[in-house]
This record gives sequence, C-alpha cells and structure tokens, in this order.
Amino acid sequence: MKMKKAISAVLAATMAMALLAGCGSGSGSDSGSGSSGSGETGGSQEAFRIGAIGPVTGGAAVYGEAVKNGAELAVKEINEAGGIGGKQIEYKYEDDEHDAEKAVNAYNTLKDWGMHALLGTVTSAPCVAVGEVSQADNIFMLTPSGTAVECVQYDNAFRVCFSDPMQGLESAKYIGENGLAKKVAAIYDSSDVYSTGIYEAFVKEAENQDFEVVAAEAFTAESKTDFSVQLQKAKDAGAELVFLPFYYTEASLVLKQASGMNYEPIFFGCDGMDGILAVEGFDVNLANNLMFMSPFTPTSEDETIQKFVTDYQDAYGDTPNQFAADAYDGMYAIKAAMEEAGVTPDMSSSDICDALKDAMTKISIDGVTAKGLTWEADGEPSKEPMVVRIADGDYAVVE
Amino acid sequence: MSFISYLVNGISLGSVYAIIALGYTMVYGIAKMLNFAHGDVIMAGAYVVMVAISGAGLPPLAAVLVAVVFCTILGVVIESVAYRPLLNAASSLAVLITAIGVSYLLQNIALLIFGANTKSFSSVVPVPALVLAGGRLTIAGETIVTIFSCIVIMIGLSLFIKKSKAGQAMLAVSEDKGAAQLMGINVNGTIALTFAIGSALAAIAGVLLCSAYPSLNPYTGAMPGIKAFVAAVFGGIGSIPGALIGGILLGIIEIFGKAYISSQMADAIVFGVLIIVLIVKPTGILGKNIQEKV
Repeated sequence: MKMKKAISAVLAATMAMALLAGCGSGSGSDSGSGSSGSGETGGSQEAFRIGAIGPVTGGAAVYGEAVKNGAELAVKEINEAGGIGGKQIEYKYEDDEHDAEKAVNAYNTLKDWGMHALLGTVTSAPCVAVGEVSQADNIFMLTPSGTAVECVQYDNAFRVCFSDPMQGLESAKYIGENGLAKKVAAIYDSSDVYSTGIYEAFVKEAENQDFEVVAAEAFTAESKTDFSVQLQKAKDAGAELVFLPFYYTEASLVLKQASGMNYEPIFFGCDGMDGILAVEGFDVNLANNLMFMSPFTPTSEDETIQKFVTDYQDAYGDTPNQFAADAYDGMYAIKAAMEEAGVTPDMSSSDICDALKDAMTKISIDGVTAKGLTWEADGEPSKEPMVVRIADGDYAVVE
Repeated sequence: MSFISYLVNGISLGSVYAIIALGYTMVYGIAKMLNFAHGDVIMAGAYVVMVAISGAGLPPLAAVLVAVVFCTILGVVIESVAYRPLLNAASSLAVLITAIGVSYLLQNIALLIFGANTKSFSSVVPVPALVLAGGRLTIAGETIVTIFSCIVIMIGLSLFIKKSKAGQAMLAVSEDKGAAQLMGINVNGTIALTFAIGSALAAIAGVLLCSAYPSLNPYTGAMPGIKAFVAAVFGGIGSIPGALIGGILLGIIEIFGKAYISSQMADAIVFGVLIIVLIVKPTGILGKNIQEKV
C-alpha cells in the first residue's frame, strides 16, 4: 500500500514537472518569435538562422551525418568570406532518426529558434511530412537529398538531387543511348517508395529505348538477403545488364551472389548505390562491373570538387559522399537565392520565403554536384546526369 | 537446370531457418515460452565472429568456437536474469513481453557498439564452390556447409535427447514440469541447459547465415528470427524433427514461390501456406495433439 502511494506521488510529481516544462518551453518560444518579429538590434538579428534536419542516429545515420557535415563546411566558408550580403549564418542541426513524426518535432524546435530557411530534410518520408507543415507556415525549404516526388509538391520546397522518376528516366536513356545492352533485367525493392519510383519510370522509358526488359523481379524488406532466384531468372533470360535501383547494402549482396553463380553482366544502379565501396569488409573486386548514376564523384579532377574533398577530409576525417555534396551545394544555393532576393535577417521567415521562391528560379550555381545548376519553379533542379563506373576498386567518371 | 539450382538454394536457406528454429522449438518445448530474443543472439554471434577474425586475428574455426561460447553464456545470462524470475509469474504474457524487451536491448547494444552501418561479413567457409553440369549449375561452398551442418546438428541433437541423461531430463520437463521436479530433476538447471544449447546453435546459425548472405547490421537477426519462428510453428512447435521439416519446407516454398509464381508475392505465399497448414493441422506438421485433462 505504502509502495503504491509512493509511486503515485512520484507520478504526480512527474506530471506536474512535465506541465511546467511544457509551459516553460511554450513561453520561451513565444518570446523567441516575438523578438525576431519586433526587429530588435540583438545579436541574433544580425544573422540568418538556417536550420537543417536529418537522421544522425538510427539506420539512415550515414546520410544525415554527411549532410550535417557538408552543410556545416559550407556555412563556415560562407561566414569566413563575409556571410550572406554581409550577414553571418547561424546554423543549427536537429536529428530526426529518419522518422516523420520526429522530423516534425525537429522542425518545430527550429521554428521556435527563429529559423529563416530550412535545409532539409535528408530522407524522403520525413521530408514529405515536414513539407506539409512548412507549407502551412510558409517557411522556405530546400532538401539536399529527398528524392520522392512529394518532397517538393508545394511551391516553398526545392531540392538539390534528382527525383526518383527522373533517375529512372535518365538511367533508361543512358543505357539506351550508349548501347550498353540489348537485354536488360531489373530487380527492385517493391516495399520501398524510392526503389519502386525509379523502377516504374525506368520501365516506362525503356519502351522508347533500343533495349528490352527481359526480366523484372522484386524483393521486399522482409526478404532482402537472398537474391539467388532473381539473379537466376535474369541469367536464364540472357540479360546483359541488370538494373539495381536500390541501396548499396542490398546491392553488395546481389554482387556477391552473382559472382557465386558465375553471372557477370553489367550492373547499373542509381544514387543509392553510392557508398558501396565503403561497406566494411566488402570485396571491391566484385564491383568491377558496376556503373551507377551519381551526382558526385570525390575522385573527379575538377578544382572545386578537389578543394571540397580536401577540406571535408581535413575537418571530418572522411571522404564526402553525394549527400555531403548535395548539402554543400544546397547551402550555397540558399546563399545565392538570399542575395538574389536581397532579403535581410530582420524580415519575417514568411516574407523571406516569398522572396526566395522567386529568386531560386533565377540563380545558377557552379557547385560540386553540377556546373550551371538551376531550378524550375516546380522545385526540380536542372542538371546533367553523371555516370560513374567502378574500376580497380575506385570510382571513375564516365563521360 | 534452374530447377535444381532453385531447389539447392531453397534447401540451403531452409537449413539456416531450421537451425534457428531449433532454438525456438527447444525453448518452447521445455520452458513453454517464446524467446523472441533468439534472432538477436544470432546477430550477437555473427558480430563476435567478425570481431574475433578481423580484430583479434583468430583463424575462422577458433572464431566460431569463441562465438559459440559467447552465445552460450549470453543465453544462460538472459535466461537467469530476464526470464527465470518471471517463469512463475501470473501471466505468461510477462515473459513474452520481456523477451521482446531483451530483443530490443540486444539490438540497441549492438547499435551502440558497432553503429548502424551495415558491415560486409567475410565468409568463414573455406569450401570451394561445386561446379556441375559443365558450369550450368554452381553450388556455393557455403550452401554445402550449411546443409551439412544442419544434418550433423539434427543427428547430434536427436542422439543427445534420446541417449543422454540430460536429454531425458529435458523430455521429462517438457512433458510435465511439476512431475519432473518431484522425480528429482533439476528443472531450473534443465531450462538453463536448454537455453545454453539453443544459444550455441544460434551462434552457428549466425555464422552460416552471414557467410551465405554476407552482410551484418544490428537488425540482421530480426527477420530470419521471425521466419524461423514461423518454421518452428509450421513443423510443430516443440518438436525437433518438426523444426527441421518446417525450416526446409519454408526455405523451399519461399524460393519456389519467388521463382515460379511471383517474386513480389514470395512472403505472401510463405505465410499463406502457413495459414493453410494451421487450419488443416493446428499443431503443425509434426505437432503432438495433447489433450488437456480436466
């Protein structure tokens, strides 16, 4: 009995605390937004507040970590070079664990902080959720890597990367125009939006191209370790090229199992393939027949890219991947658009958003993921796709 | 030729399921509980092998032994810390929920130590692939070793249960815990032994699974664990030959379903067959139909 009383006392105390804490943060946010609205000459008013959201824990942590670092590097460079129109950038990154609900919470935290623009979110499903709320608040968002079509469905949202259907379309075009194969097999993850989105666009475009899809096989998140059947079918159908629109984790298994059955077609992937050489313990020789579409190659001889790669390695001890590159370009795009629009930190985030929507379509960025990168009003980037072939365990750009 | 290739792959996949299913079925048969953390013990075993080979530089066979010892200890510790205090709890749900808790605990510990990144697991199987019919049929070394291990484990386990005293004690406990205790059998000790054997098998299953499908992350054990649980129910939970038959059938149905019906529908087919079997024979293929005495 006594025990029960003690427990209920503790519970009551916890609830009271939670209520108080709720009030506390509520009033805190009120005063925060109040001060940014009234245009005080406080230190924070002299700077643009740019938030970013992505997973730095959980299964997709690799992507979020890269975006966090890539954006941070760009912020540091921009601030050292004098900021955006003379104003410094304050940068804050929130974790969403690749979870839509947590992403919206992270977004609210950043909004309370007084964010002027959002670089994010990193992964598709959270990005769609945050897109809904940012549209309602009219806060500008630029996702470095959210590829789902819905990520940029509203006019306040733009993206740096290609969308899923664009990747499928460009892959089919590339394979057809370069005559890589006459018979093509496709294996895709039917339980994943990213993979299915690319696959459907690929098959559709394949009808216009000079090759035939001889086998189309699926797998699901529940059975993504055994690919022997899908590969056997592709082999039996005589496919000279196997299209793999999914992530490198599963792709590394596909390559291993194909080599186990002496099947050596060309393997062709999309941006999710990036990172395969970094899988610990992966035999890179298995990837020698592998090509994939990627916006970024760290081994490129381009000067801007080389500088980015060196600086990134110095700062974080790791070679940047495409997510880091997308984020780096994304931050520069926000800078360019803000300068184009001539916005200042004392404007409300809604006014800034309206100005940026227009400015985004006027800028052109020479970044690390593309030269002459421009945007359409629908939020999609316009850039040349780049294909990478792996040779001798390293990346090489195919022109 | 494709047919034989599919069949061999199915038996290989099924053998892994069968070895995992043994752990489920033994624990269920004796402790009458579902150890949902079993799949994660597999993952732990695979990580131990990886660390022992790449970190400590042990030869593969020694690394497997280290993993078996580690998992055995892990299994006994889990049983004594998390399950034993609850075995006499009012609701059998308590143990079930605890098992799910242990499963998440193991996954998150692995996440903390090794990170979320998937690591490629280098195969510990030294057997070369078998090339038959002039190169038209290739059977991977891992497949041969997996099937072989499965057979050896089954025979060993059946002999152990039939011939040894400890095995007889297990049978007795599974029939009637109270009566076994009255006969002077150490029930807690027998349950601990069951967990020890089940976890040792999990270590072996982990090595075989990751050698055949060389990728390892903290969630590697989860899905095969569930499939193996299905295999155990399919074959008749509590029955050791049932685990073998259930596992292998499940593997073959999965591969054939993918190959001849639809690769998208593979899982739907597997679970559809499960439902049909359970409707026709609710205790599974080899399950005993024990009538409750009132």
